[in-house]
Amino acid sequence: MDSPTSHRPIVHPYQRHAPGTQPDFLYEPYRSTVARSPRKPLIFLPHTLSETTGPVYGHDEVAEADHDLTRQHSGEPLGERIIVSGRVVDSNGRPVPSALVEIWQANAAGRYFHSKDQHPAPLDPNFTGAGRALTDQSGGYRFVTIKPGPYPWLNHYNAWRPAHIHFSIFGRAFLTRLVTQMYFPGDPLFAFDPIFQSVPDEKARQRMISRFDLETTQPQWATGYKFDIVLRGEEATRFET
Amino acid sequence: MDLRPTPSQTVGPFFHLGLTADARSVAVMASAQAKGEQVWLCCRIFDGEGLPVTDAMIELWQADAEGRYHGGNQNIGADPECPGFGRLATNEEGRCDFETVKPGCVPGPDDVHQAPHIEVAIFARGLLKQLFTRIYFADDPANAGDPVLALVPVDRRATLMARPQTGRPNHWQFDIHLQGDLETVFFDV
Repeated sequence: MDSPTSHRPIVHPYQRHAPGTQPDFLYEPYRSTVARSPRKPLIFLPHTLSETTGPVYGHDEVAEADHDLTRQHSGEPLGERIIVSGRVVDSNGRPVPSALVEIWQANAAGRYFHSKDQHPAPLDPNFTGAGRALTDQSGGYRFVTIKPGPYPWLNHYNAWRPAHIHFSIFGRAFLTRLVTQMYFPGDPLFAFDPIFQSVPDEKARQRMISRFDLETTQPQWATGYKFDIVLRGEEATRFET
Repeated sequence: MDLRPTPSQTVGPFFHLGLTADARSVAVMASAQAKGEQVWLCCRIFDGEGLPVTDAMIELWQADAEGRYHGGNQNIGADPECPGFGRLATNEEGRCDFETVKPGCVPGPDDVHQAPHIEVAIFARGLLKQLFTRIYFADDPANAGDPVLALVPVDRRATLMARPQTGRPNHWQFDIHLQGDLETVFFDV
């Protein structure tokens, strides 16, 4: 340990990912990776203060209503109302409080409120599809939204993305930053989706699938899905003299 | 609860909706009142075919002019005018422009100081997880002693250097090449 008089900050390195539990940059079935993936070896970077610190971003802008995507317009969006909740923790089981969670998604018809989405499905004037929330002291978060539809894309003939909600999470450090996608249980499109399949390890893929949860399902109102998010944690405390 | 990290997935082509629309973008990383040398930083991204990447997002993270980070538990005394975080989507030229101050030297391992640098994360359609790189400032005398640059083969270090724009004082250019002869150095973080 540093003595109290030392000005050198203590840097705790973070755990590295186990092989196969994250996608590689190049995954040829997902065609857009071909021209966008680096081909030279990455340089192994020991963690310094620059990677183990991270921004406090967005905290002043998040409003209580931002977690409810069904109440951003004058009317209610069409589709299946759902509650998506879970906890953000690190891989040591520590909750990550005050973490900014941002989500975006297609509407119930599988159409994004985005000028570049050309899928000929209807836009919903009552649904934008973006939300954000801060985790509470136990790392918990909660969104109310509608279940997004699957949608076609041009990756290969008759390509369809399984229904998903994009999640972006700021953890404690710049290196714990995570952007992922939350899927729904039992989607028949999993087997055909190169983005989902880009994660080599079968068990790791399962960690992107939410589960139906009767406890958080509200009678006469909305079904509940649970999605816990695990960020990288620090390495085990080193032997200290 | 399963405590192994959740896998990353691409931000896809429609991330603007949730990450950069309205007030979600951050172009100003340090206000005009921040201590230090004001810097305008123009970033561009190119793919393996040399085409601009027009649907990427860049996030930046840096220390203040005295090398202190604003976030987390290490921010004692950090300049409140320099939150040090930026995030922008690239435009139709594959470009985005940040406004900040030049960061100071940051403590590194074994009491060696790191040269002024900015942490970079790149997100895009076709990137299944973010790419990490760093921006250093060309010709900064501290670069010679930087412990991270020392890990990079000499002939590739230039890819990590922002360069002064000719005739525009305090304006710097940083080009990122995802692939090809000019491929930027990316880090395994």
